[in-house]
Amino acid sequence: MELLDVSLVDWSRAQFAMTAMYHWLFVPLTLGLGVLQAIMETIYVKTGKEEWKKAAKFWMTVFGINFAIGVATGIILEFQFGTNWSNYSWFVGDIFGAPLAIEGVLAFFMEATFISIMYFGWNKVSKGWHLAATWLTIAGATISALWILVANAWMQLPLGMEFNPATVRNEMIDFWSVLGSPVAINKFFHAVTSGWVLAALFVVGVSSWYLLKKREIEFAKRSIKVAAIFGLISTLLLVYTGDGSSYQVAQQQPMKLAAMEGLYKGQNGAPLIAIGFLNPAKQKYNDGVEPVVAAIKIPKMLSFLGYRDFNAFVPGIADLIDGGYTTTKDTAVAIPFAEKKSRGIAAINALKQYKVAEKAKDSTAMATQKAALDKNFPYFGYGYLNQPEEAIPNVPMVFYSFHLMVLLGFFFIALFIVLLIVSNKQKLEKNKWLLWISLWSIPLGYLAGQLGWIVAEVGRQPWAIQDVLPVQAAISSLQTSSVQITFFLFLVLFTALLIAEVGIMLKQIKKGPAHN
Amino acid sequence: MITYSFLQHYWFFLVSLLGGILAFLLFVQGGQTLLFSLAKKEDERRLLVNVLGKKWEFTFTTLVTFGGAFFASFPLFYSTSFGGAYWVWVLILLCFILQAVSYEFQNKPGHFFSTNTYRIFLFINGLLATFLIGAAIATFFTGSEFSVNKQNITEIGGQLSPVISQWENPLHGLEALFNVRNWLLGFAVFFLARTLAVLFFKNRLDNAAIESRLHNALLMNALPFLVFFLAFVIWTLFAQGFAVEPVTKEVFMEPMKYLNNLIQVPVLLLLFLVGVVLVLFGIIKSFLKDKWRKGIWFAGIGTIITVTTLLLVAGYNNTAYYPSTYDLQSSLTIFNSSSSFFTLKVMSIVSLLIPFVVVYIFFAWRSLEKTTTSIEEFKEKDSYGY
Repeated sequence: MELLDVSLVDWSRAQFAMTAMYHWLFVPLTLGLGVLQAIMETIYVKTGKEEWKKAAKFWMTVFGINFAIGVATGIILEFQFGTNWSNYSWFVGDIFGAPLAIEGVLAFFMEATFISIMYFGWNKVSKGWHLAATWLTIAGATISALWILVANAWMQLPLGMEFNPATVRNEMIDFWSVLGSPVAINKFFHAVTSGWVLAALFVVGVSSWYLLKKREIEFAKRSIKVAAIFGLISTLLLVYTGDGSSYQVAQQQPMKLAAMEGLYKGQNGAPLIAIGFLNPAKQKYNDGVEPVVAAIKIPKMLSFLGYRDFNAFVPGIADLIDGGYTTTKDTAVAIPFAEKKSRGIAAINALKQYKVAEKAKDSTAMATQKAALDKNFPYFGYGYLNQPEEAIPNVPMVFYSFHLMVLLGFFFIALFIVLLIVSNKQKLEKNKWLLWISLWSIPLGYLAGQLGWIVAEVGRQPWAIQDVLPVQAAISSLQTSSVQITFFLFLVLFTALLIAEVGIMLKQIKKGPAHN
Repeated sequence: MITYSFLQHYWFFLVSLLGGILAFLLFVQGGQTLLFSLAKKEDERRLLVNVLGKKWEFTFTTLVTFGGAFFASFPLFYSTSFGGAYWVWVLILLCFILQAVSYEFQNKPGHFFSTNTYRIFLFINGLLATFLIGAAIATFFTGSEFSVNKQNITEIGGQLSPVISQWENPLHGLEALFNVRNWLLGFAVFFLARTLAVLFFKNRLDNAAIESRLHNALLMNALPFLVFFLAFVIWTLFAQGFAVEPVTKEVFMEPMKYLNNLIQVPVLLLLFLVGVVLVLFGIIKSFLKDKWRKGIWFAGIGTIITVTTLLLVAGYNNTAYYPSTYDLQSSLTIFNSSSSFFTLKVMSIVSLLIPFVVVYIFFAWRSLEKTTTSIEEFKEKDSYGY
């Protein structure tokens, strides 16, 4: 058996994170632009006005450029579960693989089929058939998002499964629990609406640039109107689903919530930090150093968001490590990390003994070990951790990502409202400051999406599957140098393609819809 | 009564069928390797890119679904092969990244790289992906060096790796290139893809200059395909195979195992022969009758049937479909590597939707391709061209 190389875990994580971050540069725009172009084509079909067709076709061109590279990064993500997370693939593949396969059958073929008609069918199929293809293309992309987010949600909240010691893996016992997981439903709407917001920002930003350049005036105004309404509705939905996410995180992943808020010592009626700065001197969870140096807080709001009760107790990082508290969700006294670890070890040892008994065909011993395993399985993953600090995610990264994302969300709401007001008064061209802000909000939209995924994924650490499998037990057995090489190969390739993509997009935008 | 064994066989059939469809759709890759030899002028090259460009996503989607279906139905294969034969799979993936952007980007202004660079990307994808996929599939018959020990996961000291599947060759998959039989299937798939591409062009193109070169291209690719394919098949049928003792599940080497599978399961033999005959018919009639355009359908369907059957021969009738030459007992069978009964059952219900998917793909294709494609078409107003 090979020795465990700790840096392999870091490089495997870095490679997956890098691929996922590149992927999420392209997917949200696809999800949102797909809806916007379909709305514009619908208006064209209803009114017969050619300018709407022109607008729809222009955004479709941008969509196509973006879609191709999203597909390229997506395939790498799927296969990296196997190439770099081999243990994970076996340990939870019985549950995790199904959404991926269903995604392929139900979503990818729909996308691949109807996108061809969307692009190549203008002169070959009827208007109605073409419009249907445009809607079905985005429906395919959205269904694809549903299934992959179901899979991701399951990593945050593993439901509908039980561990089978005979096969040494988790097995699905309830498909509807996996699909209908509250985390999955919330995550789906939150991620998809974030894509809609980004696309709205993109359309608004590009159109603002046209107005600043005094060209494509009517097209730009039309696009801003549709995108601002769409963006405002989407951002409000985003806030609503964001609230749902906070609630789910509080219930299912309290450590993530504590990291999001930099909350080390829990309290009843916990405030929510609106804007704040962490104390860099804070080194350990129990060093007594004040974690937040300056903050504007909303009293009792964290308790309310997390537990729908202004006075609820919200455990901090130290509470989660030391145990000994109760919450409105769970009235049992929480156990400390040390006990979780010892129960995790007990579960793993029971599995080991089960296999010995199985080999010896000793059914009595097998039953005894299975009972011990079942009893301690909720803490199985803790058996792989050594120190309590390993159970704490990177607090500054999660904290700042979360707060910046939330601030950006509220900024987007304000922007869309102002744009709608100014647009209705027909004064868009006169307010150049607003057009510049709109233009520079495009990268902010991308930033917000990336920050959201950092909160979700870094906040879950050290777990690949919450409480069940930490990342160090989920990896493939590879030389670290191999993963380092592929990391840089993918990095160079993705970056080169990103540069090419941005170059093409800028050229298409400069050409404009009139010359498209 | 649906049994676990039935579902394992059903899902191995579906994965094999996806493999067969993928082999057929690799004509896109084959066509990409013909961009520089078959087309002499820029317009001709653009024409080839445009007819292939309407299909590349299907190959891509089939590959992704093939991976997803394998993951969901046989996760131990996914974890062992992908995590072990790392370099082979990574190289295949790299090729496909290049392909995904090359159609869309190559003729767009501001594309950073030159048009020719993207076409070279397509060529690399066509060459490497077909060869490597062929060589990787050949290891289903020739074996790989890995071990599987599920108890590894109980290593919690932090010193030893808790990874269940360990690849036992430091080349992590590249060692497959030291086996001549793997090369044979690699080249067979490469030339098959090119042959199918020629037949596809014959069916889709309305361009006298390119069509005049197809006859020769068909001969130059079909002949090496047949040589490599027959060499691989004959060698494999008469070589030792990885058999599984049905009761003890012990894996052992059996002389002429794959030939025995064909004989013991006559339906596989029949399908294999039908597939091969269809491929040969499609190729030979296309070669003999220049005006006949339907060769792609015969050779394509024949490819699907032949490849599906070959994969079934590797896994059915008590055979280890992903054998380990390092430790025979670590070899993967459809029984020891599959998902649970419940998961296979759930996915089988979902798989009932596949016919609907096939129907809408058929109608969508038909609506787009009522006529052949000419250079003028993608220059028309309102048309979308690469």
